[in-house]
Amino acid sequence: MDIHEYQAKELLSGFGVPVPKGGVAYSAEQAVYRATEVGGTRWVVKAQIHSGARGKAGGVKLCTTDADVRQAAKDLLGKTLVTIQTGPEGLPVHRLLVEQALPIERELYVGLVLDRKRERIVVVAHPHGGMEIEEIVQREPAAILREEVEPAVGMQGFQARELAFGLGLAPLQVSQVVTAILGAYRAFRELDATMVEINPLVVTDHGQVLALDVKMSFDDNAMFRRPNVAELRDYAQEDPREAEAAEHGLNYVALDGDIGCIINGAGLAMATMDMIKHAGGEPANFLDIGGGASPDRVAAAFRLVLSDQKVRAILVNVFAGINRCDWVAQGVVQAVREVQVAVPLVVRLAGTNVEEGRRILADSGLPIVTADTLSEAAERVVTARNAA
Amino acid sequence: MTILLDEKTRVIVQGFTGDKGTFHAKEMIAYGTNVVGGVTPGKGGTKHLERPVFNTVKEAVADTGAAASLILVPAPFCADAIMEAADAGIRLVVTITDGVPAQDMMRVKRYLWRYAKERRTTLIGPNCAGIISVGRAMMGIMPGHIYGRGPVGVVTRSGTLGYEAASQMKALGVGMTTSVGIGGDPINGSSFVDILALFEQDSETEAVMMIGEIGGPQEADAALFVKTQMTKPVIGYVAGLTAPKGRRMGHAGAIISAFGDTAAEKAEIMRSAGLIVAPSPAELGATVVRALRQQPSRPVMVQG
Repeated sequence: MDIHEYQAKELLSGFGVPVPKGGVAYSAEQAVYRATEVGGTRWVVKAQIHSGARGKAGGVKLCTTDADVRQAAKDLLGKTLVTIQTGPEGLPVHRLLVEQALPIERELYVGLVLDRKRERIVVVAHPHGGMEIEEIVQREPAAILREEVEPAVGMQGFQARELAFGLGLAPLQVSQVVTAILGAYRAFRELDATMVEINPLVVTDHGQVLALDVKMSFDDNAMFRRPNVAELRDYAQEDPREAEAAEHGLNYVALDGDIGCIINGAGLAMATMDMIKHAGGEPANFLDIGGGASPDRVAAAFRLVLSDQKVRAILVNVFAGINRCDWVAQGVVQAVREVQVAVPLVVRLAGTNVEEGRRILADSGLPIVTADTLSEAAERVVTARNAA
Repeated sequence: MTILLDEKTRVIVQGFTGDKGTFHAKEMIAYGTNVVGGVTPGKGGTKHLERPVFNTVKEAVADTGAAASLILVPAPFCADAIMEAADAGIRLVVTITDGVPAQDMMRVKRYLWRYAKERRTTLIGPNCAGIISVGRAMMGIMPGHIYGRGPVGVVTRSGTLGYEAASQMKALGVGMTTSVGIGGDPINGSSFVDILALFEQDSETEAVMMIGEIGGPQEADAALFVKTQMTKPVIGYVAGLTAPKGRRMGHAGAIISAFGDTAAEKAEIMRSAGLIVAPSPAELGATVVRALRQQPSRPVMVQG
């Protein structure tokens, strides 16, 4: 789960990470009020969407008067911002972060991730942060600093000091950066984050260290014990179908193709999509209906897949282990009767009670094309799509 | 021989008396698994499925001599259950539970390391279908009847794709020694490499099939292991050719975030390490048959 920059800054601030003065605004009036509250003569108005690279997309505006702030807020709110990370459809801007703008002396990079290979939290730092971090890292790979955290004891002060001195900071800034890194680590651990990125971590012309931009992602599996993080979820930043799927216990990811997929198991779903591609088609979605393929759940899956206007054929592929095929077949028949499926439907069942399952589909009188194997299923759905 | 599990292994179930525990324990017993009891805190001293129920894993081990445990407790309590089993001296823990927080797994793995190698617990899962030693015993949730006995070891992240491979192989008359689901989470108890090493040592296993998916460095690590440490032929497949970058495909670990995470890159790494890569998921069985035929000294052996 991702959250907005202003939310991440509020969370990190609670762990002692210094952030610029600022606040969230939902309207132009609030934006002006925030600027007054923050004080000073220079502000940045930043569009809050779940994406980086907002600056290059025109989502960050520097302002020097109240009128500037009002105009920037008016320009950004309600707009759909397209960045290199959002894809061509972009993301809607409903919230802004209004912050004090400060003269910057140095930009650093600090990132914390859960490293899958090392199975530990790893802290990465680079002396040159900022917008082009990927290119900078490629150009100067030797300057990357890494510290692995021993899970039994957590991050130690010396590790943060090694990073801070390694960044080439003056003694006055070292202690501030140590505080920021240790705070970010504690937030990572205590909030079940999977990623915390402070880019850039800046040193101002007054020698003050601040987290100027922050990104945080969290482990969905741990949200049951982090209600204060879970409530920060912003559904406006997600595909509405994916949110709807989650409510039914389904796992849905929208894709660009036109063959709808309803499958049990994530691995089989990916493999079935691979087969569709091999057969010359393109999947419209990933959809894992999970273990218990009850009629209600199958019906919800059909509604979800059909809510995508691009879908021109549907493939159902269920390998019934503990579920029996006859039960799954009944679910499919009931769902198709209930949900008005106007596109060609190919169903492949395998596993326990497969004969009985196929008979139920055949006896239903519904125009369902059946298939015995994975390759047959993929070929038939691509043929049906081409004929449709 | 099989790996990890056979009909003699004494197995307990943690979360024994719950709906899932009851259902899957029955299936396991019907398959021939030596289920000697179970653990549900607060229900110690009672009987369930004609077997004793204990409050703690320590009591269960003392009373039954259990060496293996299947964990079916809900995700919030899963890390605790794994550590309890390890502390009680259980040598093999299979965790089916889906949705365990990644940092819990990080701490669990660290905890397992506190024991000397001679008594260290092997953890399989979480978020997996379990283990089946075909015709002998199973610890998991798989449909036992789709597996045939034979000379191939299988290790897979995905449960249902493992079933697909099993049924394709059975249809072609090729069987398995043991099939192990390592699970779809970013941090697994056992990796591909851990299981490949066991199959390499197993006298009955003549070839190994490994089924991976997008995300994480495990398939590449396994490919290097096959190249440098294995004599047996290894057949590979990586699911997720059509997966876009940065989107989680069902499994918590199935996400393309770094270089080498895509299905195409992983398949290429496997190929260059000498694995025989199945051209599509419809040819998992056929590719195994082809690999076995290329081994003239080891004829295809099929039973039941």
